[in-house]
Amino acid sequence: MSLAARFLPALILTAILLPIGAGLWQTALAAAGHLPAIGAQGPDLAAWAALWDRPGLGRAVWLSLFTGIGATLLSFLLALASAMAITRKGRGGRLLAPLLAMPHAALAIGLAFVMAPSGWIARAVAPVLGWDRPPDIASIGDPFGLSLIAGLTVKEFPFLLLMMLTACAQIPLRRHLRAGRALGASEARLWLAIILPQIWPLMRLPVLVVLAYSMSVVDVALILGPSNPPTLAVLLARDYADPDLTRLMSGSAGSLLQLALVGAAAGAGLLIRRPVARLGGAWVHAGAPAPGAGIALRALRGAACVAMTLGFGAMVALVIWSLAWRWAFPDLVPQELSLRIWARSVQGWAAPLANTLIMAGASTALALLAAIAWLESETRSNRRLPWAEAAIFVPLLLPQIGFLFGVNTAALRAGLSPGMWLVIWGHAIFVFPYTMIALADPWRAVDPRHFRAGAALGAGPWRRLFALRLPILLRPILTAAAIGIAVSVAQYLPTLFLGAGRTPSLTTEAVTLAASSDRRVTAVVATIQAALPLMGFAAAFVIPAILHRNRRDLRGA
Amino acid sequence: MHRRSLLALALAALATPAMADWTDTLQAARGQTVYWNAWGGDQRTNDFIRWVGQQTEERFGVEVVHVKLTDTAEAVTRVLSEKSAGRTEGGSVDLIWINGPNFLSMKEQDLLHGPFAGDLPNARFLDLSEGAPAALDFTTPVDGMESAWRLARFVFIRDADRVPEPPVDMAGFVDWAAANPGRMTHPDPANFMGATFLKQALLELAPDPRALKAPVTDAAYAAQTAPLWDWYDALRPNLWRGGEAFPENESVQQQLLADGEIDIAMSFDPAAAAAQVEQGLLPETARVFVPDAGSIGNVSFVAIPFNAANREGAEVVADFLLAPETQARMQNIEVLGSFSVLDPERLDAEAQARFEALPTAPALPTLAELGPTLPEPHASWMTRLTEDWADRHTR
Amino acid sequence: MLELIDLAIRLPGGRPLLGPMSLRVEAGQVLSVMGPSGVGKSSLLDAIGGHLGAGFALQGRVLLDGRDLTGLPAERRNIGMIFQNSDLFPHLSVGQNLGFGMPRRHRDRRARIESALVDAGLGGMHDRDPATLSGGQRARAALMRGLLAEPAAILLDEPFSALDAQLRDEIRSFTFDHLRAAGIPALMVTHDAQDATSAGGPVIALG
Repeated sequence: MSLAARFLPALILTAILLPIGAGLWQTALAAAGHLPAIGAQGPDLAAWAALWDRPGLGRAVWLSLFTGIGATLLSFLLALASAMAITRKGRGGRLLAPLLAMPHAALAIGLAFVMAPSGWIARAVAPVLGWDRPPDIASIGDPFGLSLIAGLTVKEFPFLLLMMLTACAQIPLRRHLRAGRALGASEARLWLAIILPQIWPLMRLPVLVVLAYSMSVVDVALILGPSNPPTLAVLLARDYADPDLTRLMSGSAGSLLQLALVGAAAGAGLLIRRPVARLGGAWVHAGAPAPGAGIALRALRGAACVAMTLGFGAMVALVIWSLAWRWAFPDLVPQELSLRIWARSVQGWAAPLANTLIMAGASTALALLAAIAWLESETRSNRRLPWAEAAIFVPLLLPQIGFLFGVNTAALRAGLSPGMWLVIWGHAIFVFPYTMIALADPWRAVDPRHFRAGAALGAGPWRRLFALRLPILLRPILTAAAIGIAVSVAQYLPTLFLGAGRTPSLTTEAVTLAASSDRRVTAVVATIQAALPLMGFAAAFVIPAILHRNRRDLRGA
Repeated sequence: MHRRSLLALALAALATPAMADWTDTLQAARGQTVYWNAWGGDQRTNDFIRWVGQQTEERFGVEVVHVKLTDTAEAVTRVLSEKSAGRTEGGSVDLIWINGPNFLSMKEQDLLHGPFAGDLPNARFLDLSEGAPAALDFTTPVDGMESAWRLARFVFIRDADRVPEPPVDMAGFVDWAAANPGRMTHPDPANFMGATFLKQALLELAPDPRALKAPVTDAAYAAQTAPLWDWYDALRPNLWRGGEAFPENESVQQQLLADGEIDIAMSFDPAAAAAQVEQGLLPETARVFVPDAGSIGNVSFVAIPFNAANREGAEVVADFLLAPETQARMQNIEVLGSFSVLDPERLDAEAQARFEALPTAPALPTLAELGPTLPEPHASWMTRLTEDWADRHTR
Repeated sequence: MLELIDLAIRLPGGRPLLGPMSLRVEAGQVLSVMGPSGVGKSSLLDAIGGHLGAGFALQGRVLLDGRDLTGLPAERRNIGMIFQNSDLFPHLSVGQNLGFGMPRRHRDRRARIESALVDAGLGGMHDRDPATLSGGQRARAALMRGLLAEPAAILLDEPFSALDAQLRDEIRSFTFDHLRAAGIPALMVTHDAQDATSAGGPVIALG
């Protein structure tokens, strides 16, 4: 057993890191001008020279940094302000689930409608301002990427908030706050000076994940981001989709550049912590008053409410669009509602829906199994593997476009045909870290005396796992599964690259349709796409509530 | 089974060698599933492809799976990565909807199977003589490496209520935009449609349009494009968002038209306005228009990658696309409204009657209204033009 | 009969924690180990029961009815354990908790559980949520759960310290009555002299 326990994490890590390494290697080869299939026999610097000559490269790089860092910072601040409010009131956290469940692409499509010059907001003020046609303002796709930052924030701040609430649950938050307040410090001051330094080690990884994602996202940037030039990620996606096949090489070079950018931004983020902490420490010791802090916090909380409203508005907009027949500016609701689009498009989304269910089910099951195996081997061998645990998150920290093209080639070379199995593997690689995030802390937090009692009653390790640990952890396991389903459903590039397009999912379908002229069909697909993970979260909530309706100690967890 | 093979034998005995080959092809194709990689951004096209699959399955036992692309180059990349990995058979792409630069790329990199197009039985309804529209793709000879399936004509779409008198030539857009600032735009020239807008203007404004048929040279480029850039510099400031941002593709542009953000959009489908009125996307007053001197036309093709796993099935589908019955259905405004690629003179009376019986719609232009079809410039001009545009107008 | 022979425990750092010590507990006898906290009382029980954490080093032997248990995992030692807070498994009903350790060979499981429930004053509570039991009820249920597993010896770790004074006497006599009736050796660690007195067996002081 202890041999298997030692062996399992290594096996899991190999399944994760091998394809990524192979993919990066292929990307590096192409970036070095070596792509024999089109007669490029490098190594040479042609790909880099071509990249360097791309008009707008500098600005695309700047945009990626600005939007990525901007969205991360804003999401963090909104999460912090909301966490203060929620921990004080002890409620409000439930509202997060729908936004967490919503796939990025669906949310972006819905947001585009809410925020566009012809969108809901503009329609609401049109009668007041006398607009009979939409104003020519860049309220989405603005050249600075502000609408992209807004869109990313709506989706990412709930994730950071959830992580922050989890982190807060691991420290004696209330005691610290009560003690601090008794000393006369303001709440804002206590959070910045006492709470934040304690939860930061737990927040570091989620923040880096959000940063890497925001800097390299393609689908959201296509829908909400600037176009001329776009962000680096979109520029590279265009390269990969260029009729001129030598662009594959400059695109690969660009992928490495993006990797370096994400690395640099993440490194800077980690390095800057120390001076910030020192300054903060000085500020705490000086006991200086912070007159603006209260107002700033109120503004941030307001912004968080706006972001939530935008997110829910986007969801409602999607549903209404899917039911609209004609919905022209400046009508607030469609002239005519109809189910025609749903009925007509059923053949279009039935197969993608089936594929999505298979992918989400299989990859989540695989990832959950791996997470349970990982944690159980940790339990049995009684040691944690800090480096291995960090390596799990590599897939979330690397820009996907940098290695997925290469993974495809590497898989083909290894004799694996692109298709459902490869897609499921690919999804599982991205689902697994999230299931670990969701499951690891509850796993380690189960009272160890239960297992000693079980052993003393004659239960061996397998019975302790199946009869004690897993049933006790039913709720977190289902939550992890729901998160896994949401992550799998949202995967765009892995589905596209590893399935060779033969495994259309609701997400690939929604993104393809987002580039079509019929927003209603897009809305139908995006609505189903958003509904799936929502149902997952609902199930994760309802199933334990029913099974454990008579078990008080498991209800609160 | 016995009867069928007997029938096949009898046919093979009677027919010409080419017919015998085709019988073999049909036999090999039975039971195959053809993965047709085609742009998936148009609902009506998607519906049509699904219909094609139902028909070929019923008639020839060939199933069609539509692999929806956001961009044709996705499929090209897919074939290329298979070639990189040494997969010379059993490839994942069987049929690609392709034309222009993507075709040129695949042809040059030896990524295509063929020649096959001339041997399809229904190719007899096509005019494949040298220089005919179905034999040239962006001035590149097709050489049987791809087979025509639909006719694309560059058209503008307007809302007649808002644009009662559209410009009659490309030069006229400058004045129209000045009078209606912010009310028109074009897709990013990195996109095919955006590039076509520039090419349409180039054809009209170039001092010597004949120079555009030859591969581009530095001297020719400088001479022929100078008036174009003057025209564009006059136009750009009055475009949507001050000419600083552009929609990603024509579908996004059409969405802007439907939302009322702009008043003029573009399409390769002369039936686009009629179709979108019928679907409730555009108001009843939507119409297409083209410059008086005509507009760029090109033929959409299907090609088969060199390593296609279901080559015979793909040929059967390509052939079915050329059947007069299929083409007539395609031209039906209620179905797809895309013009036929067949040569009317090669059709028999029954087939011609099919086309004449097609319904019309107020928003559907007649062939006469569409004016002459202008040939595409050589593909190298497009590459040069889009790169130059990016250099000039990317911040 | 439970025997410890030259048993010694070292902390993960290598520092000696306990022993070497030898002792013997006869069947039906409750031996009490007393001492201040931190002296290693709980580690002693862990060592006997097979629950010692990673890094602890163990020397000497543990014999149960002549069988050498040293090195066996906890679940194969057949030694029951009663903890301070008498935690029942939160996801099982009271009755399911009692049946958890019962040997498989018994056919009349439900009857045995019901009679143990009645015995513990928990009659009719088979399907109750353990979280709804009072402290005394939980303590009695936990003891019955341990005994229904038919252990060859039983260890008690501060079994009464979480109970309030009034309840403590009652649970004490309930526990010791049942231990004597079971006729197996029992070893209890406690810091409460009253516990040791009630147990009525030998007392060893540590530290």
